[in-house]
Amino acid sequence: MSLSAKEKVIVKDFFAKVSSRSDEIGAEALARLIVVYPQTKSYFAHWKDLSPNGAPVRKHGITVMGGVYEAVSKIDDLAGGLLNLSELHAFVLRVDPVNFKILSHCIMVVLSMLFAEEFTPQIHVAVDKFLALVALALSEKYR
Amino acid sequence: MVEWTDEERAAISNIFSKLDYDEIGQKSLSRCLIVYPWTQRYFGGFGNLYNAEAIMNNPMIAKHGTTVLHGLDRALKNMDDIKNTYAELSVLHSEKLHVDPDNFKLLSDCLTIVIAGKMGNAFTPEYQASFQKFLSVVVSALGRQYH
Repeated sequence: MSLSAKEKVIVKDFFAKVSSRSDEIGAEALARLIVVYPQTKSYFAHWKDLSPNGAPVRKHGITVMGGVYEAVSKIDDLAGGLLNLSELHAFVLRVDPVNFKILSHCIMVVLSMLFAEEFTPQIHVAVDKFLALVALALSEKYR
Repeated sequence: MVEWTDEERAAISNIFSKLDYDEIGQKSLSRCLIVYPWTQRYFGGFGNLYNAEAIMNNPMIAKHGTTVLHGLDRALKNMDDIKNTYAELSVLHSEKLHVDPDNFKLLSDCLTIVIAGKMGNAFTPEYQASFQKFLSVVVSALGRQYH
């Protein structure tokens, strides 16, 4: 599975359009991840405050969204472009890859909530593919 | 048996009470066929599914979306025994329709995203959790009679 040239344009244009609210998207997506999928809290046991609206969760959501935007800028070579992040996830964080899928779902729920008109089925499929490919690039170094 | 808190029951009841079945049914099913095109395999007799526009304007798909969404009413009315409530529909999907049960999850994800789009901020994380729990119980019940 790969992105067509047209899909890359769709993804870049859409993320550019919503970039002014990217912090909000990231914070909300991560908050939802830990509320809807409580098992994901196991990765954040070292935080004192695991409340969905607390500062650590929201700050980290912003960080993660920053990673998504980095991936958008490296859309032509995700595996190469995300090498550092891949090594981080493989050797340091060791996040089970199943969680990439559920975070992608949470991101798309938030995109749909905040941008209902714009998040059409055509854009949804391109973004879904893109996030799946980002997840794949992040798991490059796992084994 | 699945345990439901009062908050979960209230959230689910609230979401369904505001639902326009025709609108949400059509949007969810057509989104599923567009985002996961392999699901089109079950709709060979449904006319033009050639591209996204055709799917979104297809009246047979719209009608079927409504039917599928009303299928959730059974669970809504029998939340304490969803498993047995869907025994008959599970047999139907397995023996007659031959739908791969993985597809139920794909449709539920699309339904969640459409409802999120419709409700906006009212679709709180807690609502999302309750709704997804409800859908996963239905999905599990629908897959139970497969053998």
